[in-house]
Amino acid sequence: MTLAAPLPAEPAPPSARPDEARPAEIRAKAAVEDLSFWYGPKQVLFSISMPVAEGCVTALIGPSGCGKSTFLRCFNRMHDLYPGNRYAGRILLEPEGIDIIGPKTDPMVPRMRIGMVFQKPNPFPKSIYENVAAGLRIRGVRSRTVLDAQVEKSLRRAALWEEVKDRLHASAHTLSGGQQQRLCIARALAPEPELLLLDEPTSALDPIATAHIEELIDELSRRYTIVVVTHNMQQAARISRFTAFFHLGRLIEFGPTEEVFTRPRETMTQDYITGRFG
Amino acid sequence: MAGSLPPADGVLASGIRPSPEFLARRRLKDRIMRGLLFAAASLSVLVTLAIVYVLASESLAFFRHVGLVAFLTDTQWTPLFAEPHYGILPLLAGTVTISAIALSVAIPAGTVLALYLSEYADSRLREVVKPLLEMLAGVPTVVFGYFALLFVTPLLRRLFPDLPGFNMLSPGLVMGVMILPYIVSLSEDAMRAVPDALREGAYALGYTRLQTAVRVVLPAALSGVTAAYLLGMARAVGETMVVAIAAGQNPNFTFNPLEGAATITTYIVQVSLGDVAYGTIAYQSIFAAALTLFLLTLAFNVLGFFLRRRFREVY
Ligand SMILES: Nc1ncnc2c1ncn2[C@@H]1O[C@H](COP(=O)(O)OP(=O)(O)O)[C@@H](O)[C@H]1O
Ligand SMILES: [Mg+2]
Repeated sequence: MTLAAPLPAEPAPPSARPDEARPAEIRAKAAVEDLSFWYGPKQVLFSISMPVAEGCVTALIGPSGCGKSTFLRCFNRMHDLYPGNRYAGRILLEPEGIDIIGPKTDPMVPRMRIGMVFQKPNPFPKSIYENVAAGLRIRGVRSRTVLDAQVEKSLRRAALWEEVKDRLHASAHTLSGGQQQRLCIARALAPEPELLLLDEPTSALDPIATAHIEELIDELSRRYTIVVVTHNMQQAARISRFTAFFHLGRLIEFGPTEEVFTRPRETMTQDYITGRFG
Repeated sequence: MAGSLPPADGVLASGIRPSPEFLARRRLKDRIMRGLLFAAASLSVLVTLAIVYVLASESLAFFRHVGLVAFLTDTQWTPLFAEPHYGILPLLAGTVTISAIALSVAIPAGTVLALYLSEYADSRLREVVKPLLEMLAGVPTVVFGYFALLFVTPLLRRLFPDLPGFNMLSPGLVMGVMILPYIVSLSEDAMRAVPDALREGAYALGYTRLQTAVRVVLPAALSGVTAAYLLGMARAVGETMVVAIAAGQNPNFTFNPLEGAATITTYIVQVSLGDVAYGTIAYQSIFAAALTLFLLTLAFNVLGFFLRRRFREVY
């Protein structure tokens, strides 16, 4: 395995979940190596290297405009949709070590294995059921029983099942904003992604819906490898194992969440976490 | 707060107040504008009502002589003959057949072209194709009529040797090309109004470009696309020159595209150009035919209204 930055030492188990068995060794699900990114002539990311630990939540924090979304969207090649964007460096998707942003890599390869939830809920103009089934149909799943089972499982994991089980065939647009965002989470979960990208999934929601989703991420963190962009320091501290602090397109600090929050190595991180800027 | 300090120089902001005359002038201007806008709106409503009134009253006179049942069931339309028949069916059949041909060309081709322009073409190509299409829409319909009669019909004759000089297929196809720009332009606008967030959601899930276009963008734009289809339909039904020139002027109760047949509009233009005396039944029959056309278009519009409500997506 080639890791540009070795995974930091195992942090002390968070007291919130003392019962949970810890894997003996944390492996990398992805390794970012010397990643830079340009929107046309404008460079937005500068030589970023960090690992994404398998089976853990990695939080991306930093003042707005520092490049968190841009970074996240490199993982599933979202930038390919618009002309003029350019990547440099490598993002290796493990265990095969496929270079996600390699010029010879078909963007479909990472997209088929990586799920994403966006800042604003963006359900398709279809029924609730079809929204969740969409990723499965794209992957060639035809069997009604498999679809039904997977749709229910995903909706349950997104904590939406109870609210929608009686109207699965109603339009997704009949749901509230918070429900739509949970639907988008269910849609991303249905194909069982190896890596789940969440870009400020609660920023467009009211406090109650936000609480719902935060609880949910906490729950999902037991089962998925997640990279989440968040503005909420408490949330980052509570649910993530690792934290990356970005500033002006550079990775300032990366480490186990406990260390980053309690004894940051950089004063800039200290200032941001204590609310002195951003 | 009672103890709050005054501003540093000891003077509180007193505001820049407009003079009463200024406010009065503003109110007057506002009232005049509102009156003008109301007059403009009323005028367009009045004109529409006047048209409906004329159509209805002349048609009423017509239906005093010709029974509604005969009008709707008689299969001959011969108002100018010694022994006149007033069955609208032959004209209606002509209108429906030619419109159906036109739409079966324009709807699939228009939808595909709009999807291509909105989802595949880069902006440079789009900037070339759209003005070209708009030019196509600017060609006078009489040109399309003679194009159908003198170019397309002879061409079709190689395929169907028995095709008469006047037939419905040729003007139907040409009319399809004629309404294509409207369908493309309106559908493409609707597709481009679909937010990128939806496309990103699809691509992130593993959709290909084609799947994104067909399964996400098209359904999301459906209300606008439906409106485009209905506009095309209304234009096809109301189109006059192409059919009058290339489909012949004989009322002929048939749905066979290889035969010639007059449409409702053909009949109206034919009789209005002739010397029919005011107040005769033949004269009034124009209005009955026009009323039928009006109701047909109205039905499409009402249908479109409900379809749009049914499929409306709000962003
Ligand atoms: N499509 C774009 N074109 C050009 N610049 C962009 C684009 N999107 C974002 N940026 C710029 O890139 C920088 C990082 O943006 P972003 O990744 O959205 O930050 P964050 O998610 O951390 O708030 C910002 O300066 C922003 O203005
Ligand atoms: Mg962002």
